[in-house]
Amino acid sequence: MKVGLFIPCYVNQLYPKVGIATLELLEKLGVEVDYPIGQTCCGQPLGNSGYEDESKGTCQLFIENFKKYDYIVCPSGSCVYHVKKHFDILEQTEDVINVRNNIYELSQFIFQVLKKANLGASFPYKVGIHKSCHGLRGLRLGSCSERMDVPYSIEENLLKEVKGIQLKTLNRVDECCGFGGTFSVFEEAISVKMGKDRIQDHLNSDVEVITGTDQSCLMHLEGLINRNNQPLKVMHIAEILNSTL
Amino acid sequence: MPHAKEAELFNNDEAKVNWHDQALWFVRNKRDKAAHTVKGWEELRNLASAIKANVLSNLDDYLIQFEENAQKNGIHIHWAADAEAHNKIIHDILLKNNVKMVVKSKSMLTEECHLNPYLEAHGIEVIDTDLGERIVQLAKEPPSHIVLPAIHKTKEEVDVLFQKHLGTIPSNGDPQYLTNEARKHLRDKFLKADAAITGVNFAIAETGGFVVCTNEGNADMGVHLAKVHIASMGIEKIIPQEKHLGVFLRLLARSATGQPITTYSSHFNKPTEGKEMHIIIVDNGRTEQLGREHFRSSLNCIRCGACMNTCPIYRRSGGHSYKATIPGPIGSILSPGMDLKKHGSLPFASTLCGSCSDVCPVKINIHEQLYQWRQIITKDVKQPIVKKTVLKIAGRVLANSKLYGFFGKSARFMLKHLPKSVINSQTNTWGKARDLPKVENENFEDWYKKRKS
Repeated sequence: MKVGLFIPCYVNQLYPKVGIATLELLEKLGVEVDYPIGQTCCGQPLGNSGYEDESKGTCQLFIENFKKYDYIVCPSGSCVYHVKKHFDILEQTEDVINVRNNIYELSQFIFQVLKKANLGASFPYKVGIHKSCHGLRGLRLGSCSERMDVPYSIEENLLKEVKGIQLKTLNRVDECCGFGGTFSVFEEAISVKMGKDRIQDHLNSDVEVITGTDQSCLMHLEGLINRNNQPLKVMHIAEILNSTL
Repeated sequence: MPHAKEAELFNNDEAKVNWHDQALWFVRNKRDKAAHTVKGWEELRNLASAIKANVLSNLDDYLIQFEENAQKNGIHIHWAADAEAHNKIIHDILLKNNVKMVVKSKSMLTEECHLNPYLEAHGIEVIDTDLGERIVQLAKEPPSHIVLPAIHKTKEEVDVLFQKHLGTIPSNGDPQYLTNEARKHLRDKFLKADAAITGVNFAIAETGGFVVCTNEGNADMGVHLAKVHIASMGIEKIIPQEKHLGVFLRLLARSATGQPITTYSSHFNKPTEGKEMHIIIVDNGRTEQLGREHFRSSLNCIRCGACMNTCPIYRRSGGHSYKATIPGPIGSILSPGMDLKKHGSLPFASTLCGSCSDVCPVKINIHEQLYQWRQIITKDVKQPIVKKTVLKIAGRVLANSKLYGFFGKSARFMLKHLPKSVINSQTNTWGKARDLPKVENENFEDWYKKRKS
């Protein structure tokens, strides 16, 4: 099994530690991982802003970079969702179809493909999960509060096996944080208010560390937390699952 | 004014935003509890969605069937191509019956057609009889929500409004007192009205009858007392058979307010002897929407308002920020079809979180349609030049590994070395309330290359 590691553009540039944790974690689990040099982005910022047509070159480059792998793994539910959902703008060649079928969000890959839950991590802190929307309602990494399905959560399945962790339950278990890509800038007032409200829910629930599968949402929350000097840390789920504290 | 500006204004009063958010979240929570009591809720949604798909695929046949059966029962059927035709037909009926005052139960279609100002301009008094609608009518405002029209008003604000218009005494917003006073005020109007206008929740092709759902019984009160009943319906309100009500009535009230069923589900099949019953079947842009493949299923909507209650943006920006008859997520996919330029900012008033699509009882893929509208709007409506340029350049950079590497490096260099006061200045919208991430010396790719060598 050959796995291509897709590190989203903003994670590559701004959060290399999340990429490193992802790579180390996969290697720890015995996966042969390769990071294709020269990869860029899935094209989502363009598509979500209404410029899908301008993103075709980006999407095509993505296919070229990842077509040779059995699986593509990425520490972002949102980017994976974009490839699965919106790469219909490309001609559906065998390569495109394969990439779209074989791309997985990190926790989903670990739980569904590797079929592992206990990864030997330890992390003795009180943790609140931010269930990012594209992972939750796009990839169905868990049941969402709107639907009357049998409850489940891939993130919780993995995190509850982490030694010493205390998972906290929020008042609103899966409300959006307000990041929303360019929404965070073009609808700044609402974006900030949504983020503040999410953070308050974590604070009210006695959380020390907010985690999730999408660093973009976490970047937005972290930006607010740091500006307002709030007693919370933000960590990507890969960092916790790779932790031996 | 675009939605973002309106939303910013609404957010100047954070306490009010919190109150508005919590009031609607309470309704969303009630809905969750109610939906949990129904075994096979998701199956019910599938069924409702499938019935609506069938209706939309055979709409012409069902409408003709409905007309024939309604006429057999002695109901007058009128067809209106647009809002103007709708208003004129109603005005003509009222003129013929020498009507001076009309009571109206809640109908978003008559709001869409701006019926009230039309009739008032022609010297006819219109009284909205749904309590929430009456409140906003007295305040000279449009409804801010399709099920809870006055949800943006506190009970204290209603108190002041009633003192002015109904002559009530100050009660510190006592809901019991205010409701009783509204009841007395409306009762007088019901008794004096010459005609009653209602909406239509479901029109049954098989029988030619229709169902109107209210919680206050105001539709029945109006219809039973007046000699003329006029019901306005959009062409998409059709369901094939009476038995399908068992699907829709169970979904509607639970989705809307968390009730098992609306307090009144009133079935109208024919006029009482000596009275008249009219139905206006209105298109007003619906056929055009039906012809848009990506947006067709927006016509599934049964106007429950659940997408508004669940929408984190709606809850924090208020219904009026949408400047559309139907606000919130569903309004943001319906309104651009009516006037793309005017409503061009609405599909962007969303994080595409998808909560609306999952809460929708008729499974409209609302957030996917928002995405689709965005693709159209950037082509057909003039966009801010900065946004357009930045994204077009981004498209080229991200399609080219070398360019991307260069841009990434430069951006990190600037973030690292520019003073914080510049980075978080007012020209950087992100930085108004949020810090930017701390930048490392190398990106992941640099680290990876080093590690490999």
